Amino acid sequence: MGMAQELHVLAVDDSLVDRKVIERLLKISCCKVTAVESGRRALQYLGLDGEKSSMGIDGLKVNLILTDYSMPGMTGYELLKKIKESSALSKIPVVIMSSEKILPRIDRCLEEGAEEFLLKPVKLSDVKRLRDFILRGEGDDDKLTDKKIKEACSRKRKFQDDSLVTAHDIESSPESSASSESQQQKQSKIG
Amino acid sequence: METNNIHHLRRQVANLRQSLFDQGYVDEQFNELEELQDDATPNFVEEVVSLFYEDSARLIHSIDQSLENHPVDFAKLDNYMHQFKGSSSSIGAKKVKTECTQFMEYCRAGNVEGCKRTFQQLKREYTTVRKKLEIYFQCARQVGPTETTLCHPK
Repeated sequence: MGMAQELHVLAVDDSLVDRKVIERLLKISCCKVTAVESGRRALQYLGLDGEKSSMGIDGLKVNLILTDYSMPGMTGYELLKKIKESSALSKIPVVIMSSEKILPRIDRCLEEGAEEFLLKPVKLSDVKRLRDFILRGEGDDDKLTDKKIKEACSRKRKFQDDSLVTAHDIESSPESSASSESQQQKQSKIG
Repeated sequence: METNNIHHLRRQVANLRQSLFDQGYVDEQFNELEELQDDATPNFVEEVVSLFYEDSARLIHSIDQSLENHPVDFAKLDNYMHQFKGSSSSIGAKKVKTECTQFMEYCRAGNVEGCKRTFQQLKREYTTVRKKLEIYFQCARQVGPTETTLCHPK
């Protein structure tokens, strides 16, 4: 557990070029990647009927869904909604990517429960920060309090306005025993 | 053992790379991609760029056809160009991306002539950057996989 844990990320993007890049970014960041081309395929992979809550069809638990916003058929927003409406899947953090910084769009996604909104092209630093954030086991129903944040970190990291919008400040730090415990609890809740 | 020839080639690759940036053909995103490359994946950037060529061929064909329709379907064109802009942005093809943005402006204004003119310019920029990248990758391959790492201004 802790820093050695490999996250499994489900990446959703209709662009072949972007899928290849995001896959590489995630692999370098020591994440397992499943890349699919549409929201529909993503839901198929996740088994929307909810039997295998947050497991992919190959039995691998999904720790994060990283989806493009503008996709034909089902947008990233629509995918986000379906995930948050599903009792089995709603706890999986969802991050939206877009090449356009449209504030009402960003607001809508964050309101619907997206963890973050990343501007494309996504950078390695974005992915690493995301990975650290997920590893520390944060989620909508498990927000770190100010006190915990102070305990957990040694260094405060600022987002750049032009690359990221998020609902809350996130600290990057070695994982404390408190947060890894909460992550274990969270995982057993989902299982 | 490094011969004079290899040394000369290294210099050539470095110069080619620098001019791609200086002349505005590629932007920082291209550098970001090169940073993701290592000895285990020495062809990563070339592979991504190849996918970009594939994607672009499809989009250019679709856009060409759409522009010949009467009446022109601007929504469809905008959608194609959004994709084109996205992929050119993802590899850092700066001039191509600029033409995409221009095209989308004409599209939203319903200006067919503007779209057609811009598209011709876009195709020229695409062809140019493609040629330059092909030469660059060819030279880079000759000097070996560590070349691009060595060329990075740190």
